[in-house]
Amino acid sequence: MPQIVSANRLTDGIVVFLGQGDQWVENFRSAALLADKPALEAGLARAQDAVRANIVVEVAPMDVAETPHGLEPKHIRDRIRAEGPTVRLDHGKQAAHGA
Amino acid sequence: MYRYDEFDAAFVADRVAQFSDQVKRRLEGELTEDQFRPHRLMNGVYLQLHAYMLRIAVPYGTLSARQMRKLAFIAREFDKGYGHFTTRQNLQFNWPALKDIPAVLTHLAEVEMHAIQTSGNCIRNVTADHFAGAAADEIEDPRPYAEILRQWSSIHPEFTFLPRKFKLALTGAPADRAAIQVHDIGYQLTKNASGETGFIVYVGGGQGRTPMIAHKIKDFLPVGDLVAYTQAIVRVYNLDGRRDNKYKARIKILVHEMGLEKFMDAVEAEFAAMNKQELKLPQAEVERIQAYFAPPALPSKSVRSEALEARRATDKKFASFVENNVSPHKAPGHGVLTISLKAIGAIPGDASAEQMEAVADLAEKYAHDEIRVSHEQNLVLPHVALDDLPAIYDELVKHKLATANIGLISDIICCPGLDYCSLATARSIPVAQRISEHFGEGARAAEIGAMKIKISGCINACGHHHVGHIGILGLERKGVETYQITLGGSGDETCSLGDITGPGFSEHDIVGAIETIVDTYVAQRRGAGEDFLTAYRRLGMAPFKKALYERDKGADI
Repeated sequence: MPQIVSANRLTDGIVVFLGQGDQWVENFRSAALLADKPALEAGLARAQDAVRANIVVEVAPMDVAETPHGLEPKHIRDRIRAEGPTVRLDHGKQAAHGA
Repeated sequence: MYRYDEFDAAFVADRVAQFSDQVKRRLEGELTEDQFRPHRLMNGVYLQLHAYMLRIAVPYGTLSARQMRKLAFIAREFDKGYGHFTTRQNLQFNWPALKDIPAVLTHLAEVEMHAIQTSGNCIRNVTADHFAGAAADEIEDPRPYAEILRQWSSIHPEFTFLPRKFKLALTGAPADRAAIQVHDIGYQLTKNASGETGFIVYVGGGQGRTPMIAHKIKDFLPVGDLVAYTQAIVRVYNLDGRRDNKYKARIKILVHEMGLEKFMDAVEAEFAAMNKQELKLPQAEVERIQAYFAPPALPSKSVRSEALEARRATDKKFASFVENNVSPHKAPGHGVLTISLKAIGAIPGDASAEQMEAVADLAEKYAHDEIRVSHEQNLVLPHVALDDLPAIYDELVKHKLATANIGLISDIICCPGLDYCSLATARSIPVAQRISEHFGEGARAAEIGAMKIKISGCINACGHHHVGHIGILGLERKGVETYQITLGGSGDETCSLGDITGPGFSEHDIVGAIETIVDTYVAQRRGAGEDFLTAYRRLGMAPFKKALYERDKGADI
């Protein structure tokens, strides 16, 4: 199953995703898609570099599905992390990208 | 209310400086996350699903208008304009940036507040009856003793690294509004045959994954021995409590595994060996602290308020508000007003900055500058004149704070659940919202009567589901949220743990299941005077189980 790598940004705790190269992005749809185990391991290694560099904390892989609308987190917990609280649609990522 | 002395002020200022330096060193990379985590937890900073969370202590749930305004200011300046009042009478902000937390703590210190010991394996914020100092049924205000315990337990060197967290609660009335029997230690003020004041002592209660009702270990503890005896209990726990398994590390497990008698013997031996002179509470010191909690000088009034009665006669909504949200006060012509943070369909316990300020204004204008946070996630103005209730009500209406549902089915305790919390296994808030919308605050809710629904989004039970008349526990089964129901729990003086009905219900079916339970109760109660809990205790689980699980088979409910 394809995965992306999530973490929380050290300075403000906001959920971020490993993008291309060493970039961390706030929108999971811009995350680097890691299609197989070697790709995931390489992604997690880059994420651990960012932990050591005090950029992010709490690195965790996230299962995603490729849908006609783009990437979607598989699990409800990850969907909530990626979008924001389901009871406050005015907060979290969903507020910014109108999801 | 209590005012910081020089020691308190210096202590909090030192702690703010210390933690600010730790945050700075973390942001500069001098401390790793593993090194920093214990420091941030000791200062109430968690990392949750979306962001950091800051939990601010509200000792025994008492706030002044100035403090409430400061919380509103912080909500607006450093968060997203709202906060969440918790079941430990605390306030949580859901979105603060780590880099801003030193500034937030500096602001809090200006109004004698902090976030110390709101997390970590230490003695947590001491809670008390939210009607303390006002309720008609009270023997004595428990808050001076809660304050003494707060001072004693603040960075107590022996008890800063306990096997697990430790929670104390106090009540000054026989009616238990502080859920003392589901605390690590619960103290209930009482009088002995000679008329002296002391405490009934309960130990070893708690909720979480292994819920237990506390054992009464003493019928009368003289007030002067409060600190010494607490120290004896916590010392036995600290020495003998399990540290090998965090799920078995609370004092309730120690009491259970040692056996009550052996545990009590150990506490008594520790108490006997202690230097009592050192820990005896001097009466003068008790009185000094009590002076801070002296009741406000309330004007003499007649029991009946003409202003209230006139409005009540012509305004049904106001009449319902008075009926449900006002409790008897010690002083004639006064009431204890509970302000519901459970507007129909709203998030239980959440308050916007504007609402916080509205309550602060009302407290200052009508309620002797006192506000309480209840563990049931509402706010309380403990001292209001009945004559002022029409004006207070009109103001509350403007701020969507006049919901007349205290103690009714839509007055739901609910943890943040999977919408915010990294420990949660299912969402709890949307379930609370749908139940609230389904039953509302009108005739249907009135017909059902006294009903406490409590919802937790995981087995840690922050939403107190074990002691809900109807408890709902959100779990995850194969990636899907599922909700287990318990019936017959109670956190009051008749404390009981709920019984599981059977298999859980889907998110879609949970409201229908609650409706089935309510219908079964209404159909089988002995008139409207028999509330749900009483009826359940008489009827037992069988009729509810039958209605819930056999309805698809054509059972008649």
